[in-house]
Parts: sequence; structure tokens; C-alpha cells
Amino acid sequence: MAVKKFISGNFYDETVLFPAVKKVRRAGYKIHDVFTPFPIHGLDKAMGLRDTSLHTAGFIYGITGTATAVGFIGWALAVDWQINFGGKPFFSLPAWVPIMFELTVLFASVGMVLTFCYLCQLAPFVKKDHFNLRSTDDTFVLALECSDKTNDQEAIGFLNSLGAKEVQVQYKETGWWLGRYDKDTMRFERKAETIH
Amino acid sequence: MTTIREKFIVPKRYNTIAYALMAIGVIAIIVLYIYTHSGGGDAAYKQRRDARFWASLLQNSVYFLLVTNAAMFFFCATTLAWAGFQMSFRRVTEAISSCVPIIGVIAGVVLLSICFSDNHTIYHWTDAEHVQHDEILSHKSGFLNKGFFAVWTVITIAGWSFLGWKMRKLSRSLDDNPLNLEGRKKYIWNNTVWAALFIVLFALTVMSSIPWLWLMSIDAHWYSTMYSWYTFASTFVAGIALIALFIVFLKNNDYLELVNQEHLHDLGKFMFAFSVFWGYLWFSQYMLIWYSNQPEETIYFITRIGNRVSRSPYQGLFWLMFCLNFLAPLLILMTRGSKRNYTTITFMSLIILFCHWLDFYQMVFPGPMKDPATGRTHVPMILADFGVAMGFVGLIMYVTGRTLSRYPLLAKNHPFIKESVIHHT
Repeated sequence: MAVKKFISGNFYDETVLFPAVKKVRRAGYKIHDVFTPFPIHGLDKAMGLRDTSLHTAGFIYGITGTATAVGFIGWALAVDWQINFGGKPFFSLPAWVPIMFELTVLFASVGMVLTFCYLCQLAPFVKKDHFNLRSTDDTFVLALECSDKTNDQEAIGFLNSLGAKEVQVQYKETGWWLGRYDKDTMRFERKAETIH
Repeated sequence: MTTIREKFIVPKRYNTIAYALMAIGVIAIIVLYIYTHSGGGDAAYKQRRDARFWASLLQNSVYFLLVTNAAMFFFCATTLAWAGFQMSFRRVTEAISSCVPIIGVIAGVVLLSICFSDNHTIYHWTDAEHVQHDEILSHKSGFLNKGFFAVWTVITIAGWSFLGWKMRKLSRSLDDNPLNLEGRKKYIWNNTVWAALFIVLFALTVMSSIPWLWLMSIDAHWYSTMYSWYTFASTFVAGIALIALFIVFLKNNDYLELVNQEHLHDLGKFMFAFSVFWGYLWFSQYMLIWYSNQPEETIYFITRIGNRVSRSPYQGLFWLMFCLNFLAPLLILMTRGSKRNYTTITFMSLIILFCHWLDFYQMVFPGPMKDPATGRTHVPMILADFGVAMGFVGLIMYVTGRTLSRYPLLAKNHPFIKESVIHHT
């Protein structure tokens, strides 16, 4: 968790955003993130993000669910408390398959939802800094992470030339924080320099 | 965009292989006929040998008829859904479905010959004398009788052939005839109505009555309401595998420039999803029967898997086809990468096509192979049936290749074609 320096630009159109993302990457700037009001097809590829591992986690959760079901029912019905159901064997897998299936789905779905929330740092009362509130409404916000060697004026000029509006230098918290947006207003009043 | 090769030119080697496979099929049928109709034995034994020959033709012709017809079902279902992704390879599905009239005639002849022959080993409900003394079969005779079987079989095959022909004709009518906006709207509507008609016929046949008549009536005393869905899932996933195989073949020969991994990914998803659907139906049918444990129901699985007292000779085949049809696609096609990989898709398509053929094998053969004296069944020489299958594969290759070469490979004037070109999964 640290406050870092960013340069953010606001794009009003997807068709402007896509070439801009590609050019920013080619120019060697580090893209912190692109904030959009809705999912944009192909933006992850343009930004060079790797595929998510969420589905691998889901597979592992699912297998865990199956194993839990077999393990527990098997132990209960075949080892600990054997009951004769209509002359069926104590270890009768077909009857357990529906429960194995249900637990697989349950573990996989709940596990993936929680993992997704963890990866996105979503939880009640957990808040994150915004670069521009319009990214939750109707525009696309691109944030560059600055290093010691970044020439602010050059980067700002570059973003402006790519069609960005409201280009700003901003100091923002990269991690999450606990609090309320309406009470902790100082969070929004971090140093920002607007260049027109 | 690179130039589009519109016309498929059938490679010489392709047709040579197709002819060779058809020759193998014809030889296999002749050898099987001679083998099953020579040698001594009493009349009952001779009838069982004769039934073994016809069962082979029944299994192969019905399987390949339903698989090629599944291509037309895919075509009509996507048309009804106004789907766009399949437009760039729709000519492949059309070409595969053009096998339906030819294989349909073969299957129709085989089915009617079995139905009207004096040998009642395969369909023993055709034996009027026997049905009179059999309470179960006499109750079923409203459905299981020669007249209904013959009429419904003919209507079904003619209906599939006609509606398939109509759909292909509608698709080709646009090739030299670009439409304006109004014309396009009209065309989509017209196409949708004909596709809906096909789906209705499909629902009344493959999804309900036809597998009961053609396949389930082999074990005439036994019944399962899930049987038709099971058969449908089996042939649909095999049909998708066949489409994928032809697409990979054409891609390897530098055709279908507009088809890419994105389209393959969607076909892979279909193969994955319907393999799981097939497994679900297999299990649902099995578990209900296993659970209630009624002798008249369990008989179907006792002849195929066996029980504690007697092992069935079909046991190995049964579990092999279950593992390869359900577990293999489930585990191998699960990841995104494997569905976008030409090698895995080709490999899985071959596995699926072969193992659903095995599935049909264990659906057809255990009944006719049963010895009434001992009640034991046996697995016949499967290589001969495989030879017959080769013949049908050759036929499908030849007819599909011929249809592909006669019409442009790209339905370029279809209103939805752009959706397929920019398709992205």
C-alpha cells in the first residue's frame, strides 16, 4: 500500500481508446489500469494482460467438492454407520453421484466468487481511490504509473496527442482502504494538477 | 484480406481414399453375408446368424444417418437462434447434411427389410404369432406394428431429405443474388420458418419416436423414456465432431480462410457441452433403473454390464465407451487452450465419432446376439462391423466432397456473414 504518482487521461470514445492503449504500451509507459464503465471486448488483449487463473482455481475447488462428497458419504455410509438400503451395497456410488455433482458445483461456484472478490479487492466497506468519477458513468480512464524517470510534461503531451481529455497528474493510493467515500473526502483532495 | 478460394477442388487422393473405403465397406458386407449364411446348424441358429448380418447394417446405417442429419439440425438450430458465428463454415454443415438422402435410402431399405422379413430375431414384435401370447408386446402393438413402423420410417426419411434440401437451396439461392435491406429481412424470415419446420419434424422423430422404433424396439419388452434424448445427444455430439473434422481438413488444404480458432473454439464448446449432456443422460437412465431395481428394467443393463451372478461380454466395451465418451471430453476439452488447438480438436473428434459408434454397437447387438436357449449373449466379430462402418465413412467423404466442390465455400451474400468474420470468443 503506497501512494504513487500517476498521469490519468479521460477518453470519450472506445475507438480513440484502443489505438491510444496500443501506442502508450509501444512508447514504453507502464499502464496502471484502464477504468471503463462496462466490460470492453478485447481490451485485455490490447493492454497485454495475461489470461486469468480463475478457472484453474475453479477446477481445484470443484475437485475438492467432489472429494469431500465421496469422502464424507463414503465414510458415513460404508464405514461408520452401515445401513442396508434395499439390499444395495454399502459403497453404492450411483446413489451418491447427484450429491457429488451438487457439492462440486457448490464448492466451485462459491470458491470462484470469493476468489474473484479477493482478486478484485471487493468486500464490504473496502474502498479504493478513483482517478476520475466519470469512469463509473460514461468515459474511459487510462492511468499511467510514473517512475522517477518519467518526464511529466512529455507524458501529458503524449496523452493529449492521443485524444485524451482532462489529463492530470494525480497522487493516488494503490491499495484498498477502509472508510466511507462521503466522510473521508480528503481522499479525493489529494494533490492533483490539471493541465489544460 | 487475403484472396478467398471460393471453389473446393476435390484432391485426387481424397477421392481415391473415399473409393477405397467404400470398396472395403462393400467387401465387408459381402464377406459378412457369406460368413453368416454358410455352415450348418438348426433353423434357430441359422436365423440368429442371419440377424447378426442385418444388425450390422442396421447399426451402421442408422448411426451414420443420424450423425449426418445432426449437421442439418445444427444448421437449423443456429438459423432459428439467428446465430452468426457459424456463417463462415455453414457450407460444410450443408455439405455433410447432403448425405442424408443417400444414407437415408440405404437405412430405409435395411429397416424395412428387417421389419418385413421372416426372421424376427432383431424385431421380435414383428412376429404376429408371438405377440398374441406376449402380454407386454400385445399392449404395445398400437405403436410397435409393421404398418406404423413402415409409414413413419418413410415419412421421417423423406421429411429430413426434403427439408434439408429446401434449407440448402435457400442458402445457395443468395450466391449470385445480393439482396437489399428489405430482401434480407424477408430472406431471414423465410429461412427461419423453414428451419422451424425442420426442428418440429426433428423433435417428433430423433428426439422422440424414431430411436424408440428403430433401436429401442430391439429390446421390445424394455423401455426408457430417456432413450431418444440419449440417442440424440450421442449423434449430435458425433455430428459436431464430423463438422470439426471437415473444417480442419479444409483448413489444412488452404480453404476456409475466414474460419479461425474462434470458430473452432465454439465447436469445441459444443463438443464439450454435449459430451457432458450425453453423460448426464446416460447416468440419469442408469441410476433410475439401478435404484428401483425392477427385473423388467434391469434386464437391459444386465445384458450389457452383467451383475454379480453373471458377467456380460459387453462389459469392457460398455465401460470403454462410457469413459471415452464422457470422461475424456470432460477432462481434455475443459481448458480454453485445448478447444483452440487443431490437434486436440481433431484427436477428440476421432475419439468421439468412434466411441459413439461403439455406443450404438452396444445398443443394437446384445439383443439379437442373445441365445434364447441359454439366455447368454456374446460380442460378434467386431472387425466386420468396422469394415461396414468404413464403407459409410467413404460414402460420407465422397458425397460431402462432391457437394463442397459444386457450390462456393463461402455464403458471401448472407446478411449475417460479417458477424462470423469478426467473431471473437
